[in-house]
Amino acid sequence: MAEKINNKKVFFNPFSKDNPVIVQVLGICSCLAVTAKLEPAIVMGISVIAVLVFSNVIISLIRNTIPTNIRIIVQLVVVAGLVVIVDQLLKAYAYDVSKQLSVFIGLIITNCILMGRLEAFAMSNKPWPSFLDGIGNGIGYTIILVIVAFFRELLGSGTLLGYQVIPQSFYDVGYVNNGLMILPPMALIVVACIIWVHRIYNKDLQED
Amino acid sequence: MEDFNLFIRSIFIDNMIFAYFLGMCSFLAVSKNVKTAMGLGVAVTFMLVISLPVNYLLETYVLKQGALTWLGEEYASVDLSFLSLIMFIAVIASMTQLVEMTVEKYAPTLYSQLGIFLPLIAVNCAILGGSLFMQQRSFDSVLTATCAGAGWGIGWLLAIVAIAAIRERLTSYSNIPKPLRGIGITFIITALMGIAFMSFLGIKI
Repeated sequence: MAEKINNKKVFFNPFSKDNPVIVQVLGICSCLAVTAKLEPAIVMGISVIAVLVFSNVIISLIRNTIPTNIRIIVQLVVVAGLVVIVDQLLKAYAYDVSKQLSVFIGLIITNCILMGRLEAFAMSNKPWPSFLDGIGNGIGYTIILVIVAFFRELLGSGTLLGYQVIPQSFYDVGYVNNGLMILPPMALIVVACIIWVHRIYNKDLQED
Repeated sequence: MEDFNLFIRSIFIDNMIFAYFLGMCSFLAVSKNVKTAMGLGVAVTFMLVISLPVNYLLETYVLKQGALTWLGEEYASVDLSFLSLIMFIAVIASMTQLVEMTVEKYAPTLYSQLGIFLPLIAVNCAILGGSLFMQQRSFDSVLTATCAGAGWGIGWLLAIVAIAAIRERLTSYSNIPKPLRGIGITFIITALMGIAFMSFLGIKI
């Protein structure tokens, strides 16, 4: 019974209380670069979930055979192998999106979420909890990515997933898209606002 | 001269943090005070300067299409570029480990200062990002790659020291809303500095 509660926590905590982006501050780089539009953000989220789940399980399976001195190399090689597979798959089946994501698929390797979770969780836990941890953190990351991309695309280009959302009549009265939202620094500000709202409701996370 | 221009350009116009937003994780996590920020900045610069030339040689003589021609005519059509990610990260990770061991042996004081940052560098996006940009822009010589690496490193160092200096004084001089304290306000400062750095974008050296 005790283990069941534990697993549940492992799975649901990363959604809000222990969110990888806004609480653990991992994986910011990709979060800024791919969120100008909603579609690449979703693809990126799915890729990260896939890589995170598989690498967590693999590292957790071989955790007892890895010498501590070279563990970083081993982890990176496992992750890099998975990322290459994802990269080639995207090139084959979603070429346009893979063009937009450019180097950032490659940079999943150094996405701190992966190394952070591998070091902090998979190295010391069994495969099944690691699997749940991978899914939980992946989804937590994707949630933030999608929220940021939603606001940036809506305010920056007036579209969602490429469809026009803000009606033409708005533009006729003088509404203008906010071009600043397309620039990467605005992603930081959107994330900061998410942190702000999140911490108003989670007082124990506030820092002095 | 060309290389020197590239060096200056890499520091200001192509700044890793404010123009590409690479290496943000450690940038945000380790910028609480100037001293540690300095340590990490030096370590990152060092790794960029070492790993970029090595990866450049690897790219030119092993990975690029037709790079294996020196082995013999029949290898001219071999294209190993899909392996570049794995190779680059393996080089960076093993270099980090090597540097860590060397520093530990010959400069124990520096080692104790850098301490935990050295292994963290392997996963700093700025370093792999540097290698990937190098591949994308196809530099002409090892020297060019080294200059770019040094420039990116120093740019990163300046950025992290600047933000650490601001953060050190922030709490005593300003009244920030409670939920925004710590990481939230750092995000906003970084964003504002990033917008300021955009003014360099149009400059051609």
